[in-house]
Amino acid sequence: MEHSFASPSGHPQPHQRHFNPYSENGGTILAIAGANFSVIAGDTRQSEGYSIQTRYAPKVFRLTDKAVLATNGFAADGNMFVKKVRQRLEWYRHAHSKDMPIRAIARLIQTMLYARRFFPYYVYNILGGIEEDGSGAVYSFDPVGSYEREACRAAGAAQSLVQPFLDNQIYFKNQTPAHGTSHPAHLPLDHVLELVIDSFTSATERHIEVGDGLEIYVVLAKGSTPQVLDRWQGVTEMTTTQDGERMFVIRRNLKRD
Amino acid sequence: MTSVFSPPGFNFSNQSRNDFIAEKGIPMPKATSTGTTIVGCLFADGIVLGADTRATEGDIVADKNCEKIHYITESIRCCGAGTAADTEFTTALISSNMELHALSTGRKPRVVTAMTMLKQMLFRHHGNIGAALVLGGVDATGPHLFTVAPHGSTDKLPYVTMGSGSLAAMAVFESSWKPNMSRDDALQLVKDAISAGIFNDLGSGSNVDACIITASHTEMLRNVEMPNQRVEKERQYRFARGTTAWKSEEIRKLVVSEEVILLAGGDEMDTT
Amino acid sequence: MSIMDQNGGSVIAMVGKDCVAIASDLRLGNEALAVSSNFQKIFPITDRIYLGLPGLATDVTTLKERFRFRVNMYTIKEEREIEPETFAHLVSSTLYEHRFGPYYVEPVMAGISKTPSGGFKPFIAATDLIGCLNYAKDFVVAGTASSKLYGVAEGLWEPDLEPEDLFETISQTIMNALDRDAYSGWGCIVHVLTKDKVITRTLKARMD
Repeated sequence: MEHSFASPSGHPQPHQRHFNPYSENGGTILAIAGANFSVIAGDTRQSEGYSIQTRYAPKVFRLTDKAVLATNGFAADGNMFVKKVRQRLEWYRHAHSKDMPIRAIARLIQTMLYARRFFPYYVYNILGGIEEDGSGAVYSFDPVGSYEREACRAAGAAQSLVQPFLDNQIYFKNQTPAHGTSHPAHLPLDHVLELVIDSFTSATERHIEVGDGLEIYVVLAKGSTPQVLDRWQGVTEMTTTQDGERMFVIRRNLKRD
Repeated sequence: MTSVFSPPGFNFSNQSRNDFIAEKGIPMPKATSTGTTIVGCLFADGIVLGADTRATEGDIVADKNCEKIHYITESIRCCGAGTAADTEFTTALISSNMELHALSTGRKPRVVTAMTMLKQMLFRHHGNIGAALVLGGVDATGPHLFTVAPHGSTDKLPYVTMGSGSLAAMAVFESSWKPNMSRDDALQLVKDAISAGIFNDLGSGSNVDACIITASHTEMLRNVEMPNQRVEKERQYRFARGTTAWKSEEIRKLVVSEEVILLAGGDEMDTT
Repeated sequence: MSIMDQNGGSVIAMVGKDCVAIASDLRLGNEALAVSSNFQKIFPITDRIYLGLPGLATDVTTLKERFRFRVNMYTIKEEREIEPETFAHLVSSTLYEHRFGPYYVEPVMAGISKTPSGGFKPFIAATDLIGCLNYAKDFVVAGTASSKLYGVAEGLWEPDLEPEDLFETISQTIMNALDRDAYSGWGCIVHVLTKDKVITRTLKARMD
């Protein structure tokens, strides 16, 4: 690892020691938008190399009653970034007496990320929630702020395992519909939840950094009924205001090996 | 193809080409490695060996249930960690040589013999054969337990661990191993040590394999514990037939059974 | 960029009920530049063994000839067809012989083996580039899209699929994995092996 160099004069030369400020903490996140809901999920394992740092480190965070942010990559940067986004949202609330709309949060995240263009937050973000028109939304970002609104997105260690599965099951890619039928544009909530769970159990099987626990946030648009969630176990309501969007979290165990 | 016959041992015919590729700065592709937790421990009547069953290719699991306890002789077994192909072929070669050795000496082979063959082979290859082994067995001189490192150095200890999960497993041994344990206690200790590796080391996972070797017989306990079975999926993913569009089709019919029908009469040779 | 990714290409094999399937893409490239859309990577070894060889194209071509030679020698000496298990060991030891100057391929095998009682049993296996065998009960994958194939196959595969259902599952798996891989694609070919026939189909896949 270490070498010492002698200069032609025989005196030791000062040499640069470098410090790597980044690390990679594994895990995977995923979000899917429905017609009037949005599902944002992430596993809870945090690792470095072959070691597990903790089996429960949330990667999915409630921002407002209608917006959830999932972060993946370097955990320290992710946590700090969420903290700063929340602070900006609170300032907005004090200035305007309302929550920032999700498309505005998306643009805010872009400017916050691009502000650090040459010392980036080493984080992949996925923002999920409900748009002002009541439709489900998913925005995905790269570490320096390039973003896009999509119907579904996976990111993190097992992105390459999960994304093609979602292409097939959400967008019905490569599937020819039976004669006289067509594929639905949006899937119902319980179907989406089943796909999310199966995506994570599959990723846990084949990726060593995915496992331990699964947290699924569900955001429902105003006026939609949460009855479909009745069949799911371990559902906790997170909503803080009345007559608005409603937010739930579903917690599941994943394999711990 | 110059000759039908090739000399025994490694073939270096691709070396110059591959050196040229490496010179351009293209990294060598990675082989399957067994990230692995392997252990062995001594007890009152013999040896217990243990291993996990995960094989990895970088951070992807290549095999969820591979076998890492290799056969050397009836009463000698060897756990392998490191480059999977190296552990597989090295143990197979030594197993073969041990059989020949037993045949030529007319005696039951000893654990030190296997250990010496392994260390000499690994030393000869300067650590290029990436096999880290735990060798255990019982012979005429009693039970023996060794580790063999890739460069050929060996250790003889009452309890040993190797692989990426070796620290997790050794922590269990250091806290609970005692001399002259019973068979059941020793097996439980090995299961606990491997489990520590499976759950705390990302390179190890899936099931526990164990092997109990005593003077009278050897018991291979394949998948003695399976704490990581996949839960049932939420959905079924069977596709309707006709979902996949295809352009052309060719069907090769194979002969499964033949029937020989003799034509009735008049065809036989005249032997009068 | 690893030398394994120079020409691109991916292969997958799956087990069904009394049948197996093996599929590959048809691309040959020079890094990101696609050169051919009809480069076969799967080769019939016997009537009931198919071998997929993703990896460096020069080694794909060399090895398919080497294996043809060695299987022919086996057939002549033994006066019988080679069994899939035996062939898997032939592949494995051929690659390990070149441990310190390897061929840059990751073979995937699919076959139907004959049991002593006259029955038929599905067989799949894969090895890494130096010949470490991997038998699996469900599926094996290799090539530049391997991580994508693992993810989709782990989601879509189910036990005991009939030949026609297995065709759908393996086809959907490989096409969706390939669409997310820049170095594989440009068409697909699927072989479904049963005890009495081999169905070969070329798929209508994305060509970009």
